[in-house]
Amino acid sequence: MTAYHWRPSADLSVLRLRAELLAQIRAFFAARGVLEVETPALSAAAITDPHLASFKTCYSGPGSQHGRPLYLHTSPEFAMKRLLAAGSGCIYQIARVFRDGEAGSRHNPEFTLLEWYRVGFDHHRLMDEVAELVGMLLAGRLALAEPERLSYRQIFQHHLNLDPHRATVADLAACAETRNISIPTGMPPDDPDPWLDLLLTHCVEPRLGSGRLTFVHDYPASQAALARLRPDDPPVGERFELYINGIELANGFHELGDAVEQHRRFAQENAARRAAGLPIMPMDEHLLAALEFGLPDCAGVALGFDRLVMLATRKTSLAEVLAFPLDRA
Amino acid sequence: MATYSTNEFKSGLKIMLDGDPYAIVENEFVKPGKGQAFNRVKVRNLKTGRVIERTFKSGDTAEGADVVDVELQYLYNDGEYWHFMDPQSYEQITADAATVSDAAKWLKEEAICQVTLWNGVPLSVAPPNFVIMAIVETDPGVRGDTSGGGGKPATLETGAVVRVPLFVQNGEIIKVDTRTGEYVSRVKE
Repeated sequence: MTAYHWRPSADLSVLRLRAELLAQIRAFFAARGVLEVETPALSAAAITDPHLASFKTCYSGPGSQHGRPLYLHTSPEFAMKRLLAAGSGCIYQIARVFRDGEAGSRHNPEFTLLEWYRVGFDHHRLMDEVAELVGMLLAGRLALAEPERLSYRQIFQHHLNLDPHRATVADLAACAETRNISIPTGMPPDDPDPWLDLLLTHCVEPRLGSGRLTFVHDYPASQAALARLRPDDPPVGERFELYINGIELANGFHELGDAVEQHRRFAQENAARRAAGLPIMPMDEHLLAALEFGLPDCAGVALGFDRLVMLATRKTSLAEVLAFPLDRA
Repeated sequence: MATYSTNEFKSGLKIMLDGDPYAIVENEFVKPGKGQAFNRVKVRNLKTGRVIERTFKSGDTAEGADVVDVELQYLYNDGEYWHFMDPQSYEQITADAATVSDAAKWLKEEAICQVTLWNGVPLSVAPPNFVIMAIVETDPGVRGDTSGGGGKPATLETGAVVRVPLFVQNGEIIKVDTRTGEYVSRVKE
């Protein structure tokens, strides 16, 4: 703890820009008739994804004498889908979200997500809108060429000359070796996904979105998370990510509306948690009930606002755009 | 020795990799939004000085290396080994040429050096940042030159050669910065 740590780590000019960008975002959605909503940060249920860690806290008081666990949301996705199922129409939210275990130049355990859902859109139409919004927010601040769209397969073929949908663990390990990546211990011999993540983070991501918006879409079905599957050969998840200058900025889905499939994925993720010795998370039964009632056909996206500010100001770390990052919190 | 989780990684931490001691130079947390988190770590081999990159799955551990920096007094060189002494315990430690390496030319008897020990054995020796030594050989300078421009080579009592201003003479005592190998000033007796 040093003496100057009471001060913000971001310049006040950057904090003013944050406010200006937030105002622009609100004006953008107001002009399009997208409703701003707020949902709880504390939830009885939590995300089951083994790669996301929820903060757990406890509520004691009226209605709960002995205390009951509540989890800080990692994104407002589940609650927003309940609103969509209840007939809200198109909605957006600017939410503070929380992820345990994540800290670095591009991660802070709490950060601001802009999340929005468009009824009647598929993921490609939503990518158009993301490009419009981000283009508007970065105009005059970061020179950008025309956006591009590449499939997950294309980026792996282009940068590593391999097909991510067909490659075996042996192929992926051999590729990592030729790229001089030291193989971490404990990489699974039977699951290609961590190997794909290894190659993606080390060799592909740093080169994505160089001077432009690069949308990557159609992910392996095993990485679909909450996206619909399209029965191609092999089937792909209708999911996309946005990169600018190597920074992952947004993640979107053509949303899965099938309650049975969603329940199956939650259960599968909890099984993976158990196998990895991670805590089992309570599934969001409200979400499952809402999906059963009926989610309108929609696409949704979550955009990391702090990383956007980082790009707009050409900074290289989140600490430079947050008033008080973890070490000053 | 303790083990360290990737959550404890920071620059300067000493860890064991493939049987060699390393110091962490840089630690970067990378994580795709929906996937496996990794720590990409740059580490310096404390035996060779070579910097390599290693990747860990976040949450994994590495064994700590028993590496400490101690202040030891340089005693003498017996022709093969350099002998040092702990000024508190009077314990003596010897280091070979590979370990002393470039520090050798700055070692004057009684100098306090920083010696890096791994399991009690010297890995490297750092001379004092500044040393004071006599010039044993240099060409006669031009009288009246005080500009410091130009300069000429001068051999010191330990054999080190440094560039000194033209006005500095044979037999004079000078102060040298061992980190840059540069002349700092003349020293009055």
